[in-house]
Amino acid sequence: MTINIPTPLRAYTDKKESVSVEGTTVTEGLAALVAAHPAMQQHLFTPEGKLRSFVNVYLNDDDVRYLPAKEETAVSATDELTIIPSIAGGCCR
Amino acid sequence: MNATLEAPETATELPKLSNEEIARYSRHLILPEVGMEGQQKLKAAKVLCVGTGGLGAPMALYLAAAGVGTIGLVDFDVVDESNLQRQIIHSQATVGMLKVDSAEVMLKGLNKNTNIVKHNTMLTSANALEIFKEYDVIADGTDNFQTRYLVNDACVLTGKPNAYGSIFRFEGQASVFATEEGPCYRCLYPEPPPPGLVPSCAEGGVLGILPGLVGVIQATEVIKLILGIGEPLIGRLLLVDALGMGFRTLKLRKNPDCPACGTHEIKELIDYDQFCGIPKPTETGPLEVSSFSAVANLPEVEGIPQISVEQYKARLDAGDKPFLLDVREPHEYAIVDIGAPLIPVGQLASRIGELTIPKDTEIVVHCKSGARSQRASLILKENGFTNVSNLVGGITAWAEKIDKSLPKY
Repeated sequence: MTINIPTPLRAYTDKKESVSVEGTTVTEGLAALVAAHPAMQQHLFTPEGKLRSFVNVYLNDDDVRYLPAKEETAVSATDELTIIPSIAGGCCR
Repeated sequence: MNATLEAPETATELPKLSNEEIARYSRHLILPEVGMEGQQKLKAAKVLCVGTGGLGAPMALYLAAAGVGTIGLVDFDVVDESNLQRQIIHSQATVGMLKVDSAEVMLKGLNKNTNIVKHNTMLTSANALEIFKEYDVIADGTDNFQTRYLVNDACVLTGKPNAYGSIFRFEGQASVFATEEGPCYRCLYPEPPPPGLVPSCAEGGVLGILPGLVGVIQATEVIKLILGIGEPLIGRLLLVDALGMGFRTLKLRKNPDCPACGTHEIKELIDYDQFCGIPKPTETGPLEVSSFSAVANLPEVEGIPQISVEQYKARLDAGDKPFLLDVREPHEYAIVDIGAPLIPVGQLASRIGELTIPKDTEIVVHCKSGARSQRASLILKENGFTNVSNLVGGITAWAEKIDKSLPKY
């Protein structure tokens, strides 16, 4: 599957906009992403290993939180995961 | 054939347009989706722009041009020349003026009919509901998480839709939150990121054109909400990628457990600095400073001694030479440096081995403004360095107070 990386997190993926990983579920895909880019760990997961609540993960156009199997949803090679971070910028100096 | 010809019903409640206004808005009036009634709705509408910066600038300009009758502006800041890279509602001539006054000059210059209401204040839990209740639509163009949550909750509590936009570097987001049937900002982001984890634009930079793109999308959504036409971004998040020039929309769901719009657990506004884990803004520091968690003016923060640029200069003058470490990014180093070796904060943990100095060497860490160097100081401490201080205000303070020949960025 392809994981789309948003600009703020590209610093931790060697500037890659997307990363291709193997895995049959959302959880496996994210684990493979972190294995390839360990600096992503603290940005995506809490110290307890839970996905951080301000990081949204979309499987294609759907929020993983609202899929029946959530992070255990089956994923095929053609599926896309998109990480949506919180950004707050607007009128900064 | 029945020849009785009735005059179509006119919206008598709405304000009339003068002949001058009819001429001015003719390109709208000949659009059936806007028409006379739509233009009157725009004239009757009151829109609050929270922030008159990157997003607020293009938004307010287009809303004024379109004939929105009343535009409220919330900002407490003063125009700085560095704003002009993107905040096109201000100008060379208004540098140093209050942003709300500067914006009024430009808006009145564009449309003499627009009623401008200036709120020269920081939006807070104490004033938000009072301000919001006077308006029909709120457009959130702020720059920090505290105000984002404040605007959201105040919109939910007052029942006003929020035309939301947000930007970072080359990426933007837009949506319409807090309508009766749609999700709110908290449905998408139940909790803010911890301070320091997500850089602000002041730290991370932003392409000047991007807020133009996103602010105009917000203005479009505001106009659609007023006119009741098209499909506003309710329940959808628009992602804008300026580098790839790609636009994508993702589905958003209303979270039934959302404490704001789902369970309505949030019945009043809270302390948003505390909610976002951020120290209260100080009198000297505007909200932008606290938003990227610049450290407060204390002798010690999180166990790290804080050294001012004056103290550091005095040390140098006395012949002391603490080891100075710069933790900014290489592209910032290319703008200005004060001769320190560079290890970006994001690489510090993995490159710690490059610091071959004894662990008890006195180290002073600096960045641009003091926030990243605080983080770096903590990393150094975790790695066994025992004498680490953070340079308060960073290279910006050094350029302001010690070596005025240096550029500030």
